[in-house]
Amino acid sequence: MPTYENIVQQVIEAIKEIVPPGLEINPQTDLISDLEFDSLKVMNLMEDIEDRFDISIPLNILPDVRSVEDLAIQLQHLTGED
Amino acid sequence: MTLFDKFTALQEARQSLAEFGLTSVNVVMEKVISPTEAIVNGRSTILAGTNNYLGLTFNEECVAAACQALKTEGTGTTGSRAANGTYSAHVGLENDLADFFNCSSVIVFSTGYVANLGMISTLAGKGDVILIDADCHASIYDGCLLSGADIIRFRHNDAADLDKRLRRLGDRAASALVIVEGMYSMLGDRAPLAEITDVKKRYGAFLLVDEAHSLGVLGANGRGLVEEEGVEKDVDFIVGTFSKSLGAIGGYCASNHPELDIIRFANRPYVFTASPSPSIIASTRTALATLRRHPELKDRLWNNAHRLYERLEALGFKLSPEPSPIVAIRLENKEEAIRKWCALLENGVYVNLVLPPASPDGGSLLRCSMSAGHTPEQVDAIVDAFAGLPH
Repeated sequence: MPTYENIVQQVIEAIKEIVPPGLEINPQTDLISDLEFDSLKVMNLMEDIEDRFDISIPLNILPDVRSVEDLAIQLQHLTGED
Repeated sequence: MTLFDKFTALQEARQSLAEFGLTSVNVVMEKVISPTEAIVNGRSTILAGTNNYLGLTFNEECVAAACQALKTEGTGTTGSRAANGTYSAHVGLENDLADFFNCSSVIVFSTGYVANLGMISTLAGKGDVILIDADCHASIYDGCLLSGADIIRFRHNDAADLDKRLRRLGDRAASALVIVEGMYSMLGDRAPLAEITDVKKRYGAFLLVDEAHSLGVLGANGRGLVEEEGVEKDVDFIVGTFSKSLGAIGGYCASNHPELDIIRFANRPYVFTASPSPSIIASTRTALATLRRHPELKDRLWNNAHRLYERLEALGFKLSPEPSPIVAIRLENKEEAIRKWCALLENGVYVNLVLPPASPDGGSLLRCSMSAGHTPEQVDAIVDAFAGLPH
């Protein structure tokens, strides 16, 4: 099972694949206000992350996710690494 | 901070549409002349965006049945099915549908939206999992949210992605509810139902198919994609609507699971909604009988669909993936879509304007829906209107 640090790292890697090169992404980066992701982009990101961790992310958790850190915390629950 | 602040973004989006020339989001039909024609903005307009697939809204027998029910049973039931709102005709329609679908039980709802909301939110609950095709209708998403279950999307029409997600669920897969649509409302494409039933059977999951756009449109007897694909015994629940092919309003769920009868009493959207009015039930029963007696309506619908699809394709438009009664013209940006939609309306053709995020892939659509009621001349007039659009 991945560690929390590893989860954060993988989320940042997944985001870097769909944003302009050189953009700094850190755990506090807000997907909506900083990266201006629309719903389609958020879903594309989720699909990439789901495949990286071989999990399914329920839509129910998305309202609680604003930042990279929020997402990493949810992924930690889903991968059983509480 | 007020209650209304949350609507600011929506208001801004609406204002931005006005900048592109879209002054009214809603088209008002000043006079409806037939299933395929109305007066809009003072002009005679061909209706090519109504979902009136079999053209039954003005069917003489349906209108007469509705009038008769109005006279004999009144304008409304003034109560829910669980209280004072069950008339013998409601039970009669449920029996008609059970006979049509060759299944043991049917529940009739007041709208198609309530049918999805009620069935999904009652079947699944907290701790359960629902897997939905990414392009499912809003009523399905809302039913999922109301259920409290975990909601997992799988890629549109991708049985392999569904398989992967069921595998990831482990033991939970055996009680999962999978939801797809027979025909998707925006692009008219169909679920790969044979593959999906194979996957769901492998995991022992349940399958609900929404046939809102495929009742009366697909299948030798008009029973939808489930019939056309020959998978009726592998589908647990069929949900649909009376507001499209049957020309009225209302919804249903058909199933061979004996538990459907008890689900009825746990189904809050059903229990707490007033039942359909007698005239609606009467016209729906007559429309269903008409659908069964007149398979040529389906043939006429498909002839019109092919005629429109092939001619628009020949004009070079980028279209939805396969010929179907829903023909969507795909456009790159919403400015172009709005401009063309306004031009079509000014030239007497009404179609549906679909802008992101309502469109499936972020693009914009001019969505046409064909009817058995369209004449070949009307179809040609629709094509001519598209051909005359400014580039």
